[in-house]
Amino acid sequence: MNYFPEEVLEPVFDFLSSNRDRNAVSLVCKSWFRVDRWSRQRVFIGNCYAVRPERLIARFPRVRALILKGKPHFADFNLVPHDWGGFFYPWIEAMAKSYSGLEELRLKRMVVSDESLELLSRSFPNFKSLVLVSCEGFSTDGLAAIAANCRLLRELDLQENEVEDHRGQWLSCFPDSCTSLISLNFACLKGEVNLVALERLVARCPNLRSLRLNRTVPLDMLQKILLRAPQLEDLGTGSYVKDPNSEPYIKLVNTVLNCKSVRSLSGFLEVSPHCLPAIYPMCLNLTSLNLSYASGIRDTDLIKLIHHCWKLQRLWILDFIGDEGLEVVASTCKELQELRVFPSDLYGVGNAAVTEEGLVAISKGCLKLHSLLYFCQQMTNAALITVAKNCPNFTLFRLCILDPTRADHLTLQPLDEGFGAIVQSCKGLRRLSLSGLLTDQVFHYIGMYAEQLEMLSIAFAGEGDKGMLYVLNGCKNLRKLEIRDCPFGDAALLMDVGKYETMRSLWMSACEVTLGGCKVLAKKMPMLNVEIINEKDQMEENLDDSLKVEKMYLYRTLDGPRRDAPDFVWNL
Amino acid sequence: MEGTVTFESDLNLKATELRLGLPGTNESEKQTPPSVRSNKRALPDMNEESRSKNYSSVTEAAGHGDRETAPPSKAQVVGWPPIRSYRKNSFQPKKTEADADAEATGIYVKVSMDGAPFLRKVDLKVYKGYPELLKALENMFKFSIGEYSERDGYTRSEFVPTYEDKDGDWMLLGDVPWDMFISSCKKLRIMKGSEARGLGCGV
Repeated sequence: MNYFPEEVLEPVFDFLSSNRDRNAVSLVCKSWFRVDRWSRQRVFIGNCYAVRPERLIARFPRVRALILKGKPHFADFNLVPHDWGGFFYPWIEAMAKSYSGLEELRLKRMVVSDESLELLSRSFPNFKSLVLVSCEGFSTDGLAAIAANCRLLRELDLQENEVEDHRGQWLSCFPDSCTSLISLNFACLKGEVNLVALERLVARCPNLRSLRLNRTVPLDMLQKILLRAPQLEDLGTGSYVKDPNSEPYIKLVNTVLNCKSVRSLSGFLEVSPHCLPAIYPMCLNLTSLNLSYASGIRDTDLIKLIHHCWKLQRLWILDFIGDEGLEVVASTCKELQELRVFPSDLYGVGNAAVTEEGLVAISKGCLKLHSLLYFCQQMTNAALITVAKNCPNFTLFRLCILDPTRADHLTLQPLDEGFGAIVQSCKGLRRLSLSGLLTDQVFHYIGMYAEQLEMLSIAFAGEGDKGMLYVLNGCKNLRKLEIRDCPFGDAALLMDVGKYETMRSLWMSACEVTLGGCKVLAKKMPMLNVEIINEKDQMEENLDDSLKVEKMYLYRTLDGPRRDAPDFVWNL
Repeated sequence: MEGTVTFESDLNLKATELRLGLPGTNESEKQTPPSVRSNKRALPDMNEESRSKNYSSVTEAAGHGDRETAPPSKAQVVGWPPIRSYRKNSFQPKKTEADADAEATGIYVKVSMDGAPFLRKVDLKVYKGYPELLKALENMFKFSIGEYSERDGYTRSEFVPTYEDKDGDWMLLGDVPWDMFISSCKKLRIMKGSEARGLGCGV
């Protein structure tokens, strides 16, 4: 192997698209390490605090595409205090100096300031794609800078971010010379955009394939846009409200007939159900439908719509659909691979909109299903066992029973057997979220059968340390473990400290681990950052080691404790 | 380290008790498998003694079989159900079921026009304001209404749009804020000719 000149190795390595493969080849020998190092263009960093930006730049000097993730997953559910961290600025500051060729950035759960967006927009002449998912800290001013300065921008995709809307003219900041847009998603913005500028932008970007509008864009404008861009493949509607007798609606009906390429549909934040027939022609070819924000589409309107969607592969929906609606899905959507059913009633008493019966129906009809997120009121072991038998191909199985410690509602037993069946049957399972009444037994099953499991989310489950130990000992491929409100303590935490270096991170909140236990762990494992989040007892020096820790987040890192931790985060 | 299930019976903490269930549900299932100990402790910020070693169970003891309806102001478990805040914030909470129904089905009111052989109906929810509604009415009945002015009403046209409000009075369209209008409008009437002139005058 030594006599392969490096110029030959490089194009060979080009064929390796997976980062895992590239990581593997870089370990073969120094020469291969060098070739990979200089030719690596795409880097994925699952935890922004695992490495410092400088180390990334030193190791891979010619990166063009970077994926960065910041806050832990439970930050989505308000379990992580607001200013915990995950700041993007240090990264962009370092990259601006060294990566002239940066083209793509994808950030998730990071704090992104307008300043960093402005720096980004000015520093990379070839910059093409910015995707921000669940980020915060920026306003439409930052977006204006991106629009104005990134001359070759192809993609601006904002997914579920908290953006401060200054109701400015950010959309008008795209210069007339910008004709390269392929994808634009501003559905999460709350403020109005300049509709004239929007129409002009759409008109001059012939390659626009994906457009997701926000709720301030009215139906008339949707019609005009579709007229200009019949080539769209992915559409997110804005406000879909109109009198079905009105002229704009009638125009829309006709315009839609010409939009033969739409495969993915979303939006409908505001909707007049009587206007839905206009999009039925689109439904016939849809592979992806996201109605999870469409609280105005219910009952018969929803089911009528689903009846048209028989090529659907991905469906995100609210639990208005009900068990009967899910039976319609099961009989109509035979190609379904991914299903997410979100709860509509977050605060009220709640009527059982979907139950285990809907899930069983889906499992009988949708044999290609491999990804599930299901919020429901109740579940039974029998149902889960049936689902496991019908759908052995699950790679992602997330079940959320709204009452988190609810038992099998028929037998009043814990749901151990049901989940046990899932992990035993679905040999390719990579991600699992549990809920309902669960004892240590379920963890026994998980440790025994869930060999491919990479991410596990546990809440209000288990009886003692044994539960956690089953998982840590059994799941060889575990990367992320997040636990809340479970009776797991120091004994479990400290049994196999080396395990955590094989994982990306561990989160434990409202468990039994103590300050003393965390200190021991931190001392034994210098390659881990063990962070304690304590919002109450901030400055107390003489805290007892037997104190139970409110929230602990530990992760492996190459660069030691982070320097941007706020007061309430202690790095042990 | 397993705690015991305690139940605060002396103090009436039930009203403010943090529960794992949704409001209106009871932990009736907790009675069974005796091997399951509910070690769940109350979340620290709900607990009076913040750093105590004992922890009171957040579940109720055995004895309650039926579901009761509880007042809607029950405490919620932080971060449960696990839904992104962005998604939670996107839903405007429905105050009452009546409101929810109204939002789902729209506000349909009859529209009559003097001289027209039959009435129509419009869904007021569909319009964002007076200009849109007026345009729709103009299209529906094929007439022209001109512009509204606070002082003179609709003076450019022989048609005047009016509505009957909750008190049964006939009002000129456009005087009150839109939201107030749609909540008080019971029916619409487009007046024509001499009858209209009286309403159109400013005071």
